[in-house]
Amino acid sequence: MSDTVAITIDGRAHAVAPGTSVAVALLASGASRFRTSLQGEPRGPVCGMGICFECRLTIDGRPHQRACLVACTPGMTIETGESAHG
Amino acid sequence: MAERRDADVVVIGAGPAGLAAAVHAAETGVRVVVVDQSSNPGGQIWRHRDARALPPAARQWLDRFGACGAALLADTAVVSADSGRLLVAGPNGAIALHARAIVLATGARELFLPFPGWTLPNVFGVGGLQALVKSGLDVRGKRVVIAGSGPLLFPVAATVAAAGADLLAVCEHAARGRLLAFAASLWRSPSKLAAAAAYRSAFRRTPFRTGAWVERAEGRDRLESVAITDGRRRWIVPCDYLATAAGLIPNVEVGLALGCEVARGALVVDARQATSVGGVFAAGECTGVAGEDAAVIEGTVAGLAAAGRDPGAWSRRAAAGRAFARRLAAAFAPRREVTARADATTIVCRCEDVRCGDLQPDWGSRQAKLAARAGMGACQGRVCGAALQQMFGWDAPRVRPPLIPVPTGVLGDPEREPR
Repeated sequence: MSDTVAITIDGRAHAVAPGTSVAVALLASGASRFRTSLQGEPRGPVCGMGICFECRLTIDGRPHQRACLVACTPGMTIETGESAHG
Repeated sequence: MAERRDADVVVIGAGPAGLAAAVHAAETGVRVVVVDQSSNPGGQIWRHRDARALPPAARQWLDRFGACGAALLADTAVVSADSGRLLVAGPNGAIALHARAIVLATGARELFLPFPGWTLPNVFGVGGLQALVKSGLDVRGKRVVIAGSGPLLFPVAATVAAAGADLLAVCEHAARGRLLAFAASLWRSPSKLAAAAAYRSAFRRTPFRTGAWVERAEGRDRLESVAITDGRRRWIVPCDYLATAAGLIPNVEVGLALGCEVARGALVVDARQATSVGGVFAAGECTGVAGEDAAVIEGTVAGLAAAGRDPGAWSRRAAAGRAFARRLAAAFAPRREVTARADATTIVCRCEDVRCGDLQPDWGSRQAKLAARAGMGACQGRVCGAALQQMFGWDAPRVRPPLIPVPTGVLGDPEREPR
């Protein structure tokens, strides 16, 4: 078993510990803008448990995924900045 | 097409209450299915990446759950609920669960009350920051302020300090006199006081202020500083992370969708944890926030009752837990200064960017949805609906399916027979 998981955040390669959530991987990479609000504000995780939907972004091409609920898997691609409604 | 699945007991939520309910029901020999939106059982309090890091009681419950024969549907959320049938969505699509009995163990969430700057990235909930740390967030050297209310503050402060953060301040909005009166009321539960003392010792180098709260957060694209006040003085504290919330509130949405009675924001249950709807039981913090020990006891009662067994003496202990929950809620109720922090430009509904000045205090939740779209976004009013109840005394927003955003088609899906 490998001791790190290779992922891609906005096109850049990162390695995280197994079991790390997508939200934590992003914060560790220095990112704080997970999505962009309707009026253009940066937003990031708040509740950490899937309630507030502020950390939603695109994971492996699927939009509106809650970063705090999803664990990083090998080869996962994560795209921030999602501004679409929903 | 939704797959059909039958069970004797369906448990919603795999935290302490849900696990205790599932274990006790399954050990009587009935078929139990547990639904949880996380990848691992344990809920928020027993959230873990490595079970070896959990306290022994938690490991015991998780081991017993693993051995009891109950099935776990992980990464799965409830989409809609009506009597005896729950539509859930998970990694393999939608499943229609048909059950003789349902146990709601949906836990609690944090109450977030708007203040200027609360939408800045790196402003988290108190439990929110704890959840992130438990999920692997490295806070070593980060300057952290924790501000909120209630028994969650101390364990989170202890976790954050132990993880190597530069914990600058811990603020409790309840006044010192109120806090001391509550502590005195715990004379019959010395273990709770001892736990609080142990947590305080773990962050002893950080000042703990009572009667103090965050007035505003500042920053350009992310948090840079917070203003803390006690109503007279104000301190500006530069920091990297702010963890703030006004305590915990029960998650009652699935119960509301089933038609269960709610009072004071919590699901109403009788001595067998039965709700007002036949065949629907509720346990743990969705019936009132009283901590994990009380949740396990309520889960035990609910699991036995849902399986048709007599919960016996457990019922009395569960009722004592609910009485404690009511005392806790009264002692740490948000103070007026904390519910009134938003100014006209402060965003109230984070999903739809609705500002406080877009709302009229004499509206209700329905009018706010229709006229200003407050509560119409992805979180379905779970954040702003609870806040507006506190700020303006509004009613709780009505619950309508889907309870979480799902791809179109999931709701109207016909059922497929089991493979």
